[in-house]
Amino acid sequence: MAEKKSLGKEFSKGLIQENPVLRLVLGTCPTLATSTSLTSAIGMGVAATIVLVCSNVVISLLRKIIPSKIRIPAYIVVIASFVTIVQMLVKAFMPALDSALGVYLPLIVVNCIILGRAEAFAGKNSVPASFLDGLGMGIGFTFALMVMATIRESLGSGTLFDGIGDLTSVFGIAAHGIEIPGLVNNPIGILVAAPGGFLVFGLVMALANKIAEGKGKPKAELKGCGNCPMAKSCSLINTDESCDNKAKEEAKA
Amino acid sequence: MSAFLMIFLTAILTENYILCQFLGICPFLGVSKKLDTAVGMSVAVIFVMALATAVTFPINTLLVAKDLAYLQTIVFILVIAALVQFVEIVLKKFIPSLYQALGIYLPLITTNCAVLGVVLLNIQKEYGFGQSMVNSIGAGVGFLVAMVMFAGVRERLEGCDIPKALKGLPITLIAASLVSLSFQGFAGVVQGIFGA
Repeated sequence: MAEKKSLGKEFSKGLIQENPVLRLVLGTCPTLATSTSLTSAIGMGVAATIVLVCSNVVISLLRKIIPSKIRIPAYIVVIASFVTIVQMLVKAFMPALDSALGVYLPLIVVNCIILGRAEAFAGKNSVPASFLDGLGMGIGFTFALMVMATIRESLGSGTLFDGIGDLTSVFGIAAHGIEIPGLVNNPIGILVAAPGGFLVFGLVMALANKIAEGKGKPKAELKGCGNCPMAKSCSLINTDESCDNKAKEEAKA
Repeated sequence: MSAFLMIFLTAILTENYILCQFLGICPFLGVSKKLDTAVGMSVAVIFVMALATAVTFPINTLLVAKDLAYLQTIVFILVIAALVQFVEIVLKKFIPSLYQALGIYLPLITTNCAVLGVVLLNIQKEYGFGQSMVNSIGAGVGFLVAMVMFAGVRERLEGCDIPKALKGLPITLIAASLVSLSFQGFAGVVQGIFGA
């Protein structure tokens, strides 16, 4: 029973409490870039979740075989393989999504959430726990993307789920986006452009901090490169001048 | 010549990798607090971007010739990671002064999405070798410009009285939004200069 309870926790922690985007500040690049519409946000979120779950499971299976010194390159190979598979599937079945995500699809390889979870969780925990951790984190990532995309798409282009039919038609379901009357003819275009991405992300982050504060939780912070999943392995590469130490110094100063 | 200059200026101004394409946001937010770290990091990025492009271009030609183009992602990330490690070791051994200046930033850049991004975008845009190199160096210089500008903005933000919920990361992002907005003003400038 206790085992079951803790497994449930591994899944649920990624959703809100340790949301990778809003609480751990990981994966900011794809969050900003693909939250211009709900369709691309869902596409990106699902693609990253699939890669995250698969790589978490495989890395967890191999955790006793991979020597700790070369674990980062080994993780990168596993992650890159799954990204390539997902990339080929998307290209074959959802060409519209492929062109919407563009270069950000192969860039899932360097998404810090995936390497971060491999390093922080899957490399140390059992397969079922890693599977649930990956699924929870992936859904949390998708959720954060969808929150951003809802704001940006509804105000920035006056639509919701525009082009969703390209995603659902693969499964034989016809679907249409919604046009918001009044906004569709006079959208606030800047919100779907680059500055709007930063602005909406900043405001959503502030809201998340406010909610966390109300519950007595510490707010999300970016400490030098302390959030970077490479911080630990950096200190392996060169002990005295690692970014981990630098982050600590910066925190002291 | 003007074609190269056009690519170079486009990469810096109108298609700035950080401010317009959201590549390399982590170092942009993480190490832009102080001017000297921002400059050190950016110089290392320019160096690695140029090197990565020079190495991956022939590899890509080989992959395409062998009909293995789908292996691009996996090969590039491994080549870049190995390359950065190798450069770090070489610098440490032979040019310690340069290592002192850049070395600490190198491992950070291995998994930076801007580096892999620039390599992949070069291929997507079907640039030749010269154009790829110019685009990569331009992207690096654009990274430097954005980092230096933003380091200045952040130093100003330090002493400001801002609402509690906005303190820290949120206000940094909003400031980034304003810097990005100013870069939107460059839209069309490069085409205007060259009359294209």
